[in-house]
Amino acid sequence: MTDNAQTDTSRRRFLGGAATAAAGLIAPGVLLHEVAQARPADQPVTSAVRWGMLVDTSKCANGCTDCVDACAEEHGLTGHGRPETDAQWIRKVNLRDKQTGYTQTLPLLCQHCEHPPCVDVCPTGASFKRADGIVLVDKHICIGCRYCMMACPYKARSFIHETLDDQLPDAPRGKGTVESCTFCVHRVDEGEQPACVEACTGENHNALVFGDMNDPASEISRQLKQYNSRQIRADLELNTGVRYRGI
Amino acid sequence: MSNLMTRSGLLALLALAILWVPTLVRAGDSLLPVVPEAQRRVSEAQGCVEPTADMRRNHMKYLLHQRDETVHEGIRTKQFSLEECIDCHVSSAPDAPRVSSEQHFCNSCHTYAAVNIDCFECHADRPLPDSGKRSMAPITTPDHLQTDVHPVALSSGNDQQLATESNNHD
Amino acid sequence: MKQQIQFTEIDGGPRFYSLLGFIGLFVLAGLAAAFYMEHNGHYVTGMTNQIVWGTPHVFAVFLIVAASGALNVASISSVFGKVPYKPLARLSGLLAIALLVGGLMVLVLDLGRPDRLIVAMTKYNFKSIFAWNIFLYTGFMVIVGVYLWMMMERRMNRFTRMSGLFAFIWRLILTTGTGSIFGFLVARQAYDSALMAPMFVIMSFSFGLAIFILVLMAAYKWSDRPLGDAILYRLKNLLGVFIASVLYFVMVYHLTNLYITENHGIERFILLDGGIYTQLFWIVQVLIGSLLPLALLYLPSTGKSRGWIGISCALVILGGLAQMYIIIIGGQAYPLEMFPGKEVSSSFFDGIVNSYSPSLPEVVLGIGGVAIALAAVVVGIRVLRFLPVSLADELVDPHYSTDKAIA
Repeated sequence: MTDNAQTDTSRRRFLGGAATAAAGLIAPGVLLHEVAQARPADQPVTSAVRWGMLVDTSKCANGCTDCVDACAEEHGLTGHGRPETDAQWIRKVNLRDKQTGYTQTLPLLCQHCEHPPCVDVCPTGASFKRADGIVLVDKHICIGCRYCMMACPYKARSFIHETLDDQLPDAPRGKGTVESCTFCVHRVDEGEQPACVEACTGENHNALVFGDMNDPASEISRQLKQYNSRQIRADLELNTGVRYRGI
Repeated sequence: MSNLMTRSGLLALLALAILWVPTLVRAGDSLLPVVPEAQRRVSEAQGCVEPTADMRRNHMKYLLHQRDETVHEGIRTKQFSLEECIDCHVSSAPDAPRVSSEQHFCNSCHTYAAVNIDCFECHADRPLPDSGKRSMAPITTPDHLQTDVHPVALSSGNDQQLATESNNHD
Repeated sequence: MKQQIQFTEIDGGPRFYSLLGFIGLFVLAGLAAAFYMEHNGHYVTGMTNQIVWGTPHVFAVFLIVAASGALNVASISSVFGKVPYKPLARLSGLLAIALLVGGLMVLVLDLGRPDRLIVAMTKYNFKSIFAWNIFLYTGFMVIVGVYLWMMMERRMNRFTRMSGLFAFIWRLILTTGTGSIFGFLVARQAYDSALMAPMFVIMSFSFGLAIFILVLMAAYKWSDRPLGDAILYRLKNLLGVFIASVLYFVMVYHLTNLYITENHGIERFILLDGGIYTQLFWIVQVLIGSLLPLALLYLPSTGKSRGWIGISCALVILGGLAQMYIIIIGGQAYPLEMFPGKEVSSSFFDGIVNSYSPSLPEVVLGIGGVAIALAAVVVGIRVLRFLPVSLADELVDPHYSTDKAIA
């Protein structure tokens, strides 16, 4: 208020220093947040993260099976020439509107519901939901009763009908147990993307987006907020982790 | 005829049968299992991620505990990971023995102990060849996955030493 | 003064052993089929990723449902105090346990990993009705065992009423649990209904009693013991009531679904254009399995004939198996409604009616379960005193009098 010759700058310096310090504290956190997806191996998963996938059906081409092929290669899903009993973790579904004739195609996989019917009905608890939202089968305690297959509203699960002996190390699977899409949990735990998403993005179709739905800054959260999306069989109120644009 | 069928006759027959069985052992047969050597050692002093005697006794406990942690909680530490065990203990060569044969590392002991193992109904019993597939474990583990020990490449002179070592540890 | 009902074991001898041997062949065949399926994997069966539960489950659920119904006769005597049924109570309890064991054997042997039965008995997810059923089924065997003990040991007879009541309530919960296996599933249009549980209860009444009557008639005929008309006619009239009750529930189930537009697909499928399922429904379940036995049991010309009564019971069993087939397999054959209003196609058989044909191993396994149940009954009545020496009218019928006019 008095003359400006000798302004007390201590407050300004303090504020400036505090702002710098605060920025210095926050900035690494913002940067690290992307890296923090690769959780350290000895830390358990928590519900702070919820993994989800957004499918843009307008970018999904008829006849393209890149996601299906990538999944099969990643997990060693060799067919045995018996389509009715061969396992399929993800498949392309073709739709044609009975009234209008409009056609479209989309990939259908385990929807990783928040309230999975398969988890509810499993007698041993082998079908379970991990804290981060991925629905899995603990094949160590699966007795092969197939009740979860009866219960799944999306027919996402497959039963292994024959002896296998060429399993891949990252995808253990065996006769007499039930399996389904795991969101490539072995990749996700290393901070990578599921094989289907990687393949779709790698071929520049960009129909699949995968990420943490609990993180408002992630790509999937941004897209979910920006574009209209639906769950398949939304009336069942299962709150699926997989959402679709354009259905 | 009726003499053979008396109780003492049958007992004598049984005793003879029991005494005959050891005669089936030929010279050079080892009564202990022949355990194939691993691809790598953890260090000069220690072969496996825990001392051999400890692993012999407790490997099943470590594996069973680890599997629950991995499946349910996503904990993927390498020390007791089955995939890592197979990586070290089983060769990825196409003609390497599979788990169905007695020359497979796991089965060499398990057929001897007559304990059925269920793991390889589902799990791969051999590692992938070095074709660059992402699931092949590197010999040096990344920093954040380190345990206390570092795997060391096996030198050729140790082959015999390992075989006798394992037989002497009882 | 009426004579006391006496119970004795049946005689052994060549007839007994040849019957047991004959049944034993089917048991062995069933076990062989189970081993074949388990060793090779389920691809050798007709079950697929689309039809995950097949013929073994049809037999297993049928046997389990019939098991709880077979206990009805004992419950009528112990809980509702009807004296003429008292001599039958022991056989009723034995049959209940035997049928349940047979059904469970089929279920367990069909599992993908039957070697993990210990896991199933030690790790439970109590939100699953399957987990509850494990307790209900094993508990049923224990409770009926205790009930039989109370009935068969004179000093414990004063506890018969209480243990009978407990067993009765338990078996109602058990059958509710069995029906809820399907009733709790939201995924499929054929299930997802609160009606499933009570419908299964009423089905158990019908199937269990039909099997009981057949076993009773066979046991008495082949052990040369007298079986009076009085008790037989009571049983067959009761069976008629149960058949009609099942028809009522089936009618309500379908009428309700027909009202709900969303469910028109499944209704059209079952009632009209589902091929084998439609034929099974109208011809086997409704006509041969319900209406025809009703007529046979109540018409004066056939209702008094043992032969026709036996045939009616067999028809009810046939109709019951058909009903189970339609529920379990028909319910899976109809595709999931994921995209209403759209034609759906995919490499995973979405959007189309799934095809299924029973394979030999499945059928043999199912029949093996029936054989196990029958073998248990045959051995039981030989070893312990389940069967009354005589069920002639003068012993059983409370209204019997010597100067009854001859019809």
